[in-house]
Amino acid sequence: MSANIKNKNVWVFIETEYGKEKKVGFELLKPGREIADAVNQELVALVFGKDVKDVARKALAYGADKVILVDNPIFERYSTDAVTDTLMDLINKYNPDTILIGATINGRDFGPRVACRLKTGLTADCTSISYNEETGNVKWTRPAFGGNLMADIECPNNRPQMGTVRPGVYKLPLFNEDNKGEIIEEGCNISQNDIRTKIIETIKEVTENINLEEAEIIVSGGRGLGKAENFSYIRDLAKALGGAVGSSRAAVDSGWIPHAHQVGQTGKTVAPKVYIACGISGAIQHLAGMSGSDTIIAINKDKNAPIFEVAHYGIVGDLFEVIPEFIKEIDKYKNS
Amino acid sequence: MNILVCIKQVPDTTEIKINPETNTLMREGVPSIVNTFDSYALELGVRLKEEHGGKVTVMSMGPDQAKAALKECLSVGADEAYLLSDRAFGGSDTLATSFILASFAEHLEKEKGKFDLILCGKQAIDGDTGQVGPEMAEHLDIAQVTYATDIKAEGNKTLVKRENDQGYDWIEVLSPAVITVTKSGFEPRYATLKSKIAANKAEIHVLDSQSINIDVEKCGLKGSPTKVKKSYTPKKENNGIIINEETASASVQKLMSLITDKKVI
Ligand SMILES: Cc1cc2nc3c(=O)[nH]c(=O)nc-3n(C[C@H](O)[C@H](O)[C@H](O)COP(=O)(O)OP(=O)(O)OC[C@H]3O[C@@H](n4cnc5c(N)ncnc54)[C@H](O)[C@@H]3O)c2cc1C
Ligand SMILES: Cc1cc2nc3c(=O)[nH]c(=O)nc-3n(C[C@H](O)[C@H](O)[C@H](O)COP(=O)(O)OP(=O)(O)OC[C@H]3O[C@@H](n4cnc5c(N)ncnc54)[C@H](O)[C@@H]3O)c2cc1C
Repeated sequence: MSANIKNKNVWVFIETEYGKEKKVGFELLKPGREIADAVNQELVALVFGKDVKDVARKALAYGADKVILVDNPIFERYSTDAVTDTLMDLINKYNPDTILIGATINGRDFGPRVACRLKTGLTADCTSISYNEETGNVKWTRPAFGGNLMADIECPNNRPQMGTVRPGVYKLPLFNEDNKGEIIEEGCNISQNDIRTKIIETIKEVTENINLEEAEIIVSGGRGLGKAENFSYIRDLAKALGGAVGSSRAAVDSGWIPHAHQVGQTGKTVAPKVYIACGISGAIQHLAGMSGSDTIIAINKDKNAPIFEVAHYGIVGDLFEVIPEFIKEIDKYKNS
Repeated sequence: MNILVCIKQVPDTTEIKINPETNTLMREGVPSIVNTFDSYALELGVRLKEEHGGKVTVMSMGPDQAKAALKECLSVGADEAYLLSDRAFGGSDTLATSFILASFAEHLEKEKGKFDLILCGKQAIDGDTGQVGPEMAEHLDIAQVTYATDIKAEGNKTLVKRENDQGYDWIEVLSPAVITVTKSGFEPRYATLKSKIAANKAEIHVLDSQSINIDVEKCGLKGSPTKVKKSYTPKKENNGIIINEETASASVQKLMSLITDKKVI
């Protein structure tokens, strides 16, 4: 599809699973708003899911002008085909100018599928997006080469222009229940038979019942813990702070904690208010998953560890001494 | 099973340094390797072959030096290797790259029959987009499963273990399918001296745009809707506060006063 006057409006895809939204969808309403305002177009949220009318209303409260809602049990769990085919029908009907998708596991699964069907450009895993007045395109900024290189990318001749954007790089927009807007309900013509994949078993591995991507405080442990049992230090600190437990890959590879807790390039991308890295050296692949955190605290016995280059606060010391002291001080502070 | 594995030769990005004066990537002397995730994909492919019979073919698009990557694959269980090399392919974004690879796969199928599975890495550690696999599946109009850590074949069913936010799903997928593989519990095997020597002697089949009869208008810069306008090394701000007191307790007290002042917690 080439650049065309008939393409207009900025779309933000709001991913849901089991009827609950992923936060990144609402986060993207913020840059979406800026782009839509810059080109004087509407910001439209797309909500696919099962029993997700309240998600649609929330999208309006977070600033969408309109919502296109496809409420269908087929979207209770994710499938590439159902999302791709439904999104394609809507794109062909409404011709959006720009589509923003959260760079989640699923967003990075259907995003390229849709872009390819449209023969348009998709910029991957962006950490910043803005409108370039000079060219009239969205400027997509993304890291490559394992975070060693940044690139500014544009899609000048094709519409819609598309990008996946990392969770946590944008803060949620203001929530205002008085924001009103139209919710357009659309049907979906997909039946189970059109879907080439079927989930036959789901294994939950996150032991602590908390979603890392949504947590406000994360305490992560790495190889410096020495053995699996020592993750109790991390759990205790997380508990004292009301946070979730994360880990480096070295800790996962050692079998100390399931992969679902891993933060980094091959794990989760997180951006909590506070990220505490204990016994983690700060390899670039780990940083790729947490450098967007508001405040980073590092505890490491090696004062030259690269984690201190990104930490806002760092304690040089033995985590087995520092963490118990830290917990003591937190308890004192809570009781003061 | 007839299995195709897509192999990208990449610079070892963990070895890349940044020249502090010019702020550019120093690529000289950085070793070229088989993309990490492609090694995991190959290992899964070879395991499927060992269990169910069949063949594993590897293919790569890239310059002549990518032969070295393909030879490495032959030394760890791939049966045959193909390199597609043509200047017309330079500058391809993921849409163009996936079009080229899909055309390449279709060309190989004329000789080798339909591939049951096409395996890719979850992402290349240089481009880092993770888009080539799904876009290839779309060009070929077949099913896809991304972020796979295991694949099982049971009768005519293909089962794929896929990561999700909370753990894993086992997904049944219609074959043929493209499956992109992330790091799994199956560590890529090592080559033996004998397998290395055999791989070194083996022929790498080299093809170009004409031999696969591809529309070059859809390749390279011309066929690429995305344009890299600018690239630069990220700014590193380093204004963190490092605390290194005599005792752990003194350090923690200092930290607490700093973070409670700033209302971090
Ligand atoms: C393609 C690719 C993808 C990758 N993806 C990821 C990813 O998603 N996430 C990830 O984390 N890694 C990833 N890695 C691995 C990454 O390169 C590092 O190997 C890994 O992050 C190291 O983990 P670590 O910091 O726990 O271990 P190490 O690097 O071994 O660091 C341990 C640290 O603990 C400190 N320490 C030891 N004892 C103590 C003590 N008693 N008190 C305080 N400090 C102590 C040491 O000083 C050291 O700094 C990836 C690598 C590749 C090649
Ligand atoms: C700084 C920079 C940023 C870029 N950003 C974008 C972007 O946002 N969007 C975009 O469309 N393009 C982008 N490109 C272009 C992109 O890197 C190339 O199209 C590249 O050929 C494929 O992308 P990738 O390396 O990310 O591969 P991925 O999609 O990450 O690769 C996934 C898998 O596909 C297979 N594969 C990939 N390439 C080959 C190959 N040559 N031969 C065999 N198998 C292969 C491998 O199995 C690999 O593991 C960018 C390029 C640069 C230099």
